[in-house]
Amino acid sequence: MAVPTYATPLERSWHYAYLVICGLIFFFLIAPIVVIIPLSFNAEPYFTFTDRMLEFDPEGYSMRWYDSLLTFGMLSPDAPRDASWWADAWANAKWVNAAKNSIIIGFFSTVLATVLGTLAALGLSRPEMPFRRAIMATLISPMIVPLIITATGMFFFYSNPCELLTLFGLDPQCGRLAGTYLGVVLAHATLGIPFVIITVTATLVGFDQSLNRAAASLGANPRTTFFRITMPLILPGVISGALFAFVTSFDEVVAVLFIAGPDQQTIPRQMWNGIREQISPAILAVATLLVIFSIALLTTVELLRRRSERIRGITPH
Amino acid sequence: MANALDPHAAIVTTASGETDGTLTTADGKPLSRALARSQRRAKRRAFLLVLPLLAFILITFVVPIGQMLQRSFYNDGFSANMPQISQWFAENPRGTDPDEAAWTALANDLQVSAEARTIGVVGTRINYDVPGTRSLFTSTGRKVRRGIEPPYDQALLEMDEDWGSSTLWAAMRDASTPYTGNFYLASLDRTRADDGSIQQVEERQRVYVMLFMRTFWLSLLITGLTFLLGFPVAHLLATLPMRKSNLLMILVLLPFWTSLLVRTTSWMVLLQQQGVINDILVWLGVIGGSGRLQMIYNQTGTIIAMTHILLPFMILPLYSVMRTINPSYVRAARSLGATSWTAFRRIYFPQTLPGLGAGALLVFILAVGYYITPALVGGSSGQLISNMIAMHMTDTLNWSMAAALAALLLASVLILYWLYDRMVGIDNLKLG
Repeated sequence: MAVPTYATPLERSWHYAYLVICGLIFFFLIAPIVVIIPLSFNAEPYFTFTDRMLEFDPEGYSMRWYDSLLTFGMLSPDAPRDASWWADAWANAKWVNAAKNSIIIGFFSTVLATVLGTLAALGLSRPEMPFRRAIMATLISPMIVPLIITATGMFFFYSNPCELLTLFGLDPQCGRLAGTYLGVVLAHATLGIPFVIITVTATLVGFDQSLNRAAASLGANPRTTFFRITMPLILPGVISGALFAFVTSFDEVVAVLFIAGPDQQTIPRQMWNGIREQISPAILAVATLLVIFSIALLTTVELLRRRSERIRGITPH
Repeated sequence: MANALDPHAAIVTTASGETDGTLTTADGKPLSRALARSQRRAKRRAFLLVLPLLAFILITFVVPIGQMLQRSFYNDGFSANMPQISQWFAENPRGTDPDEAAWTALANDLQVSAEARTIGVVGTRINYDVPGTRSLFTSTGRKVRRGIEPPYDQALLEMDEDWGSSTLWAAMRDASTPYTGNFYLASLDRTRADDGSIQQVEERQRVYVMLFMRTFWLSLLITGLTFLLGFPVAHLLATLPMRKSNLLMILVLLPFWTSLLVRTTSWMVLLQQQGVINDILVWLGVIGGSGRLQMIYNQTGTIIAMTHILLPFMILPLYSVMRTINPSYVRAARSLGATSWTAFRRIYFPQTLPGLGAGALLVFILAVGYYITPALVGGSSGQLISNMIAMHMTDTLNWSMAAALAALLLASVLILYWLYDRMVGIDNLKLG
């Protein structure tokens, strides 16, 4: 956008001031995320740039905090770094275990949220769907209801999931969901579902229903139509929905705090503990790794979005 | 080719099927009925696709929240374990002084409850209304287990003279039915006086109304700040050529995709007294080394961090609306003699209102329920109502109180959500 030729000098200077203001806001958005990256290489246990760091003295930088991510919680962190050292790190290091838990819980909750969410989005985008608005509002609500309320509700329900049946006069005994992997997976799937619904229904808005009818008229049964025609076209939307669901689970801490047991220590929970107890630059090392992870995710989602627009014939304007 | 099972049978009509003036399908059924049938079937199919998820959400989300909210008005900790005295309260109206029957019932209940080791539950229930009474119940329970002789009023008063307190008796009367509105009264800083009338609690105990006000006020402030910061950026992104704006968009989307805890941590690093911003200010000479600003562990910290975290939720809806605004309207206004300010105010800005409404409502809804960020950077003056709910859940274990506060918070969020649906439509919610 350029300044129009008829602009007065005042408008011209306002335009440049406006560009500077926008630049400052972009700086506000991105600086906090960028600043932690160099700080995570700090050789000292401080959260600020030391003089040596500012002089770009290599002595001022180190990988010690990344190293501590591996050694924290190990049985013998000072042993020589051979195969048994790595086995020890894999089995006992707290951050490694947290990463394993986060990935396992994230994976299963994503699969659950994506399958259920995609099916529902297909139903919701049909014009015949009854009570469409109310059902959509219900399915999106886990994103809107404050997390603390959701977590509190789940805390009671997951401690005794069968309590519900007492309403029907039954008195069944069944296990707890709180403190189990299944419980956390179910909770995270619930929280991820709105994102799947939103992205998949957005993809289906531009979906040409006559393609399905064409397939049917050429003799394809509904299943073939779905897997050969619908699925490939909405796949980019489904994958970005799945990524959203995964990130939701990967970043979620409130529900984990309320319903997870000591075995389900995830990365955010470990970070939460670290920040609350005694914040060390190791947190910044984790944060840096997570920023790199989100850059990778963002790139994937952007590429998927462009691909989706291309194959659906929507050209970016 | 058209048979009864074919959903498209309704649209296959033949000229020969036309008898006595009504249209029929190939197999001779009236068209209107076949159409209604196929529509019913399509409805059912669409619904069946949604059903698994709907059931899942109902069981893992709606029911648990409903169950939790039930605790806000239902608590049988006293009534279930103290049946005789509860019965006495039911038979005698408020204002009756405890007679011999009442003392006998109370002593019997205390004895049974102490034997069954439920006296702690009973004490906890009364403790919610009259703080400090839990120990009265547990200590009396211990003594009663060793034996108690009539006359019971003297015996109990001898064990602890607090048993004569009219406040205690009023609280027991309130707790003698499992349904109670007291937790809602307490969340509004109200309490029941001994005679049953509703009054405000003592001034130094009034916390909840203040917290609700603070939560709404801070959310409003944060919404305003995200608008002030988001509007110019969204406008710039919407008017730049696609290639450039896509590049700049990354700067908005990266924070959006970055972990909430990471963003909160970076603000802790930046804002703390020995942190980067204070260091820069000292280096620039704006403040002295001893006058470092306290920008975190107070309201300022909450406001700055939450504005940063919620800013993308304002920019994205604004941007998608601004993209669709036709620039020739503003040009037309200018050519008709409007100054750039008038053209902006009268022509451009009104067209951005749908995006502004969507963004503002979304930011406000999310801000009202925020928990993590205030808990980490808010100190004591930056805590919101969510933090109070968490405190009652994990520290004081007053779950009914947590449920009542949650119910009030949930009600306000749902009203806003309904408003959002009416104004914007949930279908138009976009992510990135």
